[in-house]
Amino acid sequence: MTMPFGYASPEQQVRDKSEYARKGIARGRSVVVITYADGILFVAENPSATLHKISEIYDRIAFAAVGKYNEFENLRTAGIRLTDSRGYMYDRRDVTSRALANAYAQTLGAIFTESVKPYEVEIVVAEVGRSSDDDQIYRLTFDGSIADERGFVAIGGASDQVTTSLKEHHRDGQSLAEALRVAVRALTVSVPPGMPQNGERVLTAANLEVGMLDRTRARRQFKRIAASTLADLLAETAAS
Amino acid sequence: MTDPLGGAGRLPAVFMSPGTSSFAEFLSQSAPHLLPGARTGLPAPVTEVAHGTTIVAVTFPGGVIMAGDRRATQGHMIAQRDVEKVHHADDYSCVGYAGTAGVGAELIRLFQVELEHYEKIEGATLSLDAKANRLAAMVKGNLPMALQGLAVVPLFAGYDEESGLGRIFSYDIAAAKSEERTYESIGSGSVFAKGSLKKRFRADLSQDDAVRIAIEALYDAADDDSATGGPDLIRKLYPIVAVVTADGYRRLADDEVGPVVTALIADRSTSAGG
Repeated sequence: MTMPFGYASPEQQVRDKSEYARKGIARGRSVVVITYADGILFVAENPSATLHKISEIYDRIAFAAVGKYNEFENLRTAGIRLTDSRGYMYDRRDVTSRALANAYAQTLGAIFTESVKPYEVEIVVAEVGRSSDDDQIYRLTFDGSIADERGFVAIGGASDQVTTSLKEHHRDGQSLAEALRVAVRALTVSVPPGMPQNGERVLTAANLEVGMLDRTRARRQFKRIAASTLADLLAETAAS
Repeated sequence: MTDPLGGAGRLPAVFMSPGTSSFAEFLSQSAPHLLPGARTGLPAPVTEVAHGTTIVAVTFPGGVIMAGDRRATQGHMIAQRDVEKVHHADDYSCVGYAGTAGVGAELIRLFQVELEHYEKIEGATLSLDAKANRLAAMVKGNLPMALQGLAVVPLFAGYDEESGLGRIFSYDIAAAKSEERTYESIGSGSVFAKGSLKKRFRADLSQDDAVRIAIEALYDAADDDSATGGPDLIRKLYPIVAVVTADGYRRLADDEVGPVVTALIADRSTSAGG
């Protein structure tokens, strides 16, 4: 390997890479993952109806991401490949979110240290349990750090503001409609860069992507809420 | 040997490479030994393994029925009385097999994952023709094993959301695919089942009538083919019956199939010919 012109210490390199990744992620809009009585709800601010930020991974496992689309799409595909392979090799019951989160953490960590450019992504892997006590939510960042979250988590641009709102309004055992209201309110608080800082933002079915892991469903428990259903659900939520 | 599925550490490069949405294709790169056709050459043709026998499929306006008997045989012996050879493929299709039970079950399992995998990666389902073609590719992969005695053929049926019709696809061991618009049967009792269906099939069957003639075809197959099992009233083992319509895939419960079987036997008891 040829030495680059200016020497940078490992500390400096890590700092530079982190700053680079953080900047990339901060440009994006946020995603909220929040538990409700019968499962886990995923709400993303996403103006595209086809380029998804939320995805089914396996029977009880789903994925949410923010950042650079091609990079998290790559991770999403790898996750589906890994879980389908494990389910085929062992049994459907033996596919766990913990193993998937570990594989993601190792992969993101290796990319962060080995590549010149880290992945500009933040992802959530969630698994719905038989009861709400068994629900698992993992948050993974660009450098492979992994955190086990309870109740709710926000990722993306203004995740701090969103988290503050979630902390204030989230309630264990809330209904689906309540969880949706809490999530949408939290996302409204965040102001994506380039938007007027004081303008009242209204999030509608057109710029939201919503999915859920519903423990009352049979086998494949992930369900994407279609735009028309979402509009009705939001109207209902706003009225109550 | 390293864990092909990346048991620890970073995911292997094959997981991260963009390209295929096919699970079978991916498995052929990441863990080829897990594919159904991956057995290495056998020293001698295999004969003494379990075989699944007869499957029938019948279309009716707006859908399709698939039914299978419950017997698996090994030579002249009955290997299993309650085997299930008709399975859910995805929300709008079902699949059954006749031939070597071990290979057939594995083939179906791979096919189920194949359809679900594509759906998750692409966010869209394959067309019914594409599903039928993917199954053909899997049958083709098993040809070397078929020539060594481990032959299996699937029968595939589904509801085509584009045309609103129930459609049936059958295959030979070389994966020649043919579409049947009316009814089809595979397996050792298929000759008798098809004879029965030929007389009973009508283009305007109701769903209940289609279930009845499918079960009756299996009854006729069991009547003349020793490898096909008839309804087992003592153990309450009835044929597996799957219905696929615009409402999706549904397997009929035993308490739905039971009365049809009982009525059928009562009718046939009054006939001098059986």
